Amino acid sequence: MLKIKELRASIDNKEILRGVNLELKAGEVHAIMGPNGSGKSTLASVLIGRDGYELSGSVEYEGQDLLALSPEERAVAGVFLAFQHPVEIPGVGNMYFMRTALNSLRRARGEEELDAMDFLSLAKERMKFVEMDPTFMNRSVNEGFSGGEKKRNEILQMSILEPKFAILDETDSGLDIDALRIVANGVNALRSEGRAMLVITHHQRLLEYIVPDYVHVMAEGQIVRSGDKDLALELEETGYVGLTPSLTQVGVAL
Amino acid sequence: MSAPTTTSLISDEVRELANQEYQYGFVTELEIDVVPKGLSEDIIRLISSKKNEPEWLLEWRLKAYRYWVTLVEPTWQKAKYDPIDYQDIIYYAAHKPKKEIASLDEVDPELREMFNKLGISVAEQERLSGVAIDVIVDSVSVGTTFKEKLARIGVIFCSFSEAVQSHPELVRKYLGSVVPYKDNFYASLNSAVFTDGSFCYIPKGVHCPMELSTYFRINAADTGQFERTLIIAEEGSYVSYLEGCTAPMRDKNQLHAAVVELVALDDAQIKYSTVQNWYPGDANGKGGIYNFVTKRGLAAGRNSKISWTQVETGSAITWKYPGVVLKGDNSIGEFYSVALTARRQQADTGSKMVHIGKNTKSTIISKAISAGHGQNTYRGLVDMRRSALGARNFTQCDSLLIGKDCGAHTLPYIDVKNQSGQVEHEASTSKIGEEQLLYCRQRGIPEEEAVSMIVNGFCREVFKMLPMEFAVEAQKLLTVSLEGSVG
Repeated sequence: MLKIKELRASIDNKEILRGVNLELKAGEVHAIMGPNGSGKSTLASVLIGRDGYELSGSVEYEGQDLLALSPEERAVAGVFLAFQHPVEIPGVGNMYFMRTALNSLRRARGEEELDAMDFLSLAKERMKFVEMDPTFMNRSVNEGFSGGEKKRNEILQMSILEPKFAILDETDSGLDIDALRIVANGVNALRSEGRAMLVITHHQRLLEYIVPDYVHVMAEGQIVRSGDKDLALELEETGYVGLTPSLTQVGVAL
Repeated sequence: MSAPTTTSLISDEVRELANQEYQYGFVTELEIDVVPKGLSEDIIRLISSKKNEPEWLLEWRLKAYRYWVTLVEPTWQKAKYDPIDYQDIIYYAAHKPKKEIASLDEVDPELREMFNKLGISVAEQERLSGVAIDVIVDSVSVGTTFKEKLARIGVIFCSFSEAVQSHPELVRKYLGSVVPYKDNFYASLNSAVFTDGSFCYIPKGVHCPMELSTYFRINAADTGQFERTLIIAEEGSYVSYLEGCTAPMRDKNQLHAAVVELVALDDAQIKYSTVQNWYPGDANGKGGIYNFVTKRGLAAGRNSKISWTQVETGSAITWKYPGVVLKGDNSIGEFYSVALTARRQQADTGSKMVHIGKNTKSTIISKAISAGHGQNTYRGLVDMRRSALGARNFTQCDSLLIGKDCGAHTLPYIDVKNQSGQVEHEASTSKIGEEQLLYCRQRGIPEEEAVSMIVNGFCREVFKMLPMEFAVEAQKLLTVSLEGSVG
């Protein structure tokens, strides 16, 4: 589904991704771990088409050159990011926002748009996944939401938009254990044969709930190690020390 | 073609002006009743006689004119523009409402497309597309149907000229009572030369059952720019009045200097909503309307209430401060505004709330959006006089910037002369977030739609004050006006 080859990205002449190689197949869940500043979030940003990066290398998604597409075209192609810091949009109702998003995607795909009633029943059904109170739909997008509510709102959007390829950027950060469980259950319910997921996280904790097929370790803009879910456990014990020369030198631990 | 009046198939001067209209193909031939360019006592006498006005009104006009000539044009506003040549304006040009209506096929496709985007019906399009004759015909007929229905409950709703003929005592009593002819340069000018406008009178205890609405139309290249509107709400009455403004595209700047006066007596309420979409000029700042308007309400009675809601998306320059003089005890003044400046538009607008009565309350909510090279200034006055014991004001000014080349400024003036007054002022300026845009686009919402969604969200507090249909129109207008301002 997704083939990343020698992907490099720099911003203001500072290279952040330094040759990332990664391949995801449909149905797989990959986790990317790594210390702060290793380039995990940059990878997510580049994949959804955030402006401002100088890029080289290639990203092939479903046979298309992903990097050539605008952010909204990528969304239409099925790419979704659960943002690390979902932004507030004052005055724009959450329900309206999600319906506009879904209908934009459907329109671009040549599918029929959902009317308000149909959308409401879809939203109600999906809200159960993330145990979300219906009143959230009447509030402005993310405005005044707690950290946990914002993350749940991201997963709700994912369940409504049904992407083929979903990236979860530190969805666990700032969540207490109950919220983490709710979010993880929501994500697990969305695992399917046709869908690939890239779960970016700092902590092994999330991977107890969302068990990945593969785990990659990112450091200094590269994937330095890959393995199965046991790699995460190993990292929990040893930290990231020893994975890259420079980290070993300064002795940075998780 | 003997001066001072000309009734003919187009004089040379008019042809020159009308040619600009021809290039957009609205009309093939115009029969116009005009006076020559320029302003003098003779011209004013002529306008007055054409309108068959009573002597007192002519005298009032002349007093205003004599005062106006002593004035110097003010230059303190933030917007910059070339000086206006007041002798190069035609102050009276009435279209004769009998000619064939130009078909819509002749309307500039761009303009037509705009109306389509606005979702205005074909009938409405013909009314709005600057086909002057049609506008007048249509608005008269609409006015008439209203009139009969409203007359049964005593509501008078007619053109200003008509009111001068049929209800001179009311006009005489209230004309200039809120905005005196000495009020300011443009109000004086308007008092001298105003040609028409709307007049509403709501009798005691009547809750006007329908929204009264007027579409202001700038007709030929230089007419209809000095309207005067007067609304009187007697004790315990209520009225909601809507005005829409559109103008055809022209290369030459046109001055629009209207005066609106509202009077609310004891327990009366006036809600005045405006969707202003005068031609804003092109992307390089050529052409467009100078919208220099004086709008003021007098909350004269106890517990009276006056609300201004405005959505300003048009005009090259908007310069106005709709305000309320809160004279009656416990009276309430409100101002809700969305002002958008895109392209090279400039706006210096806000509100004046003058608290005189006890326990008077005012609210100002201003949302300014700047895009392109637009410059948006909020300027407002909260004036609490010594007598205004227990007065309260709340002001909130929010600015939203789209892009790098635009500007937003906030200039609040607060003058409180008693100890018991309470004034709150909140202001914010934000840039339309790259982050917000990316978030929307990541969800599949195209960029322009996303901008419009974010901007509409920003304005929601004001839009919800508008009557339903106007709110929809206002949102669409914003969307159209913002087009091309991103990317």
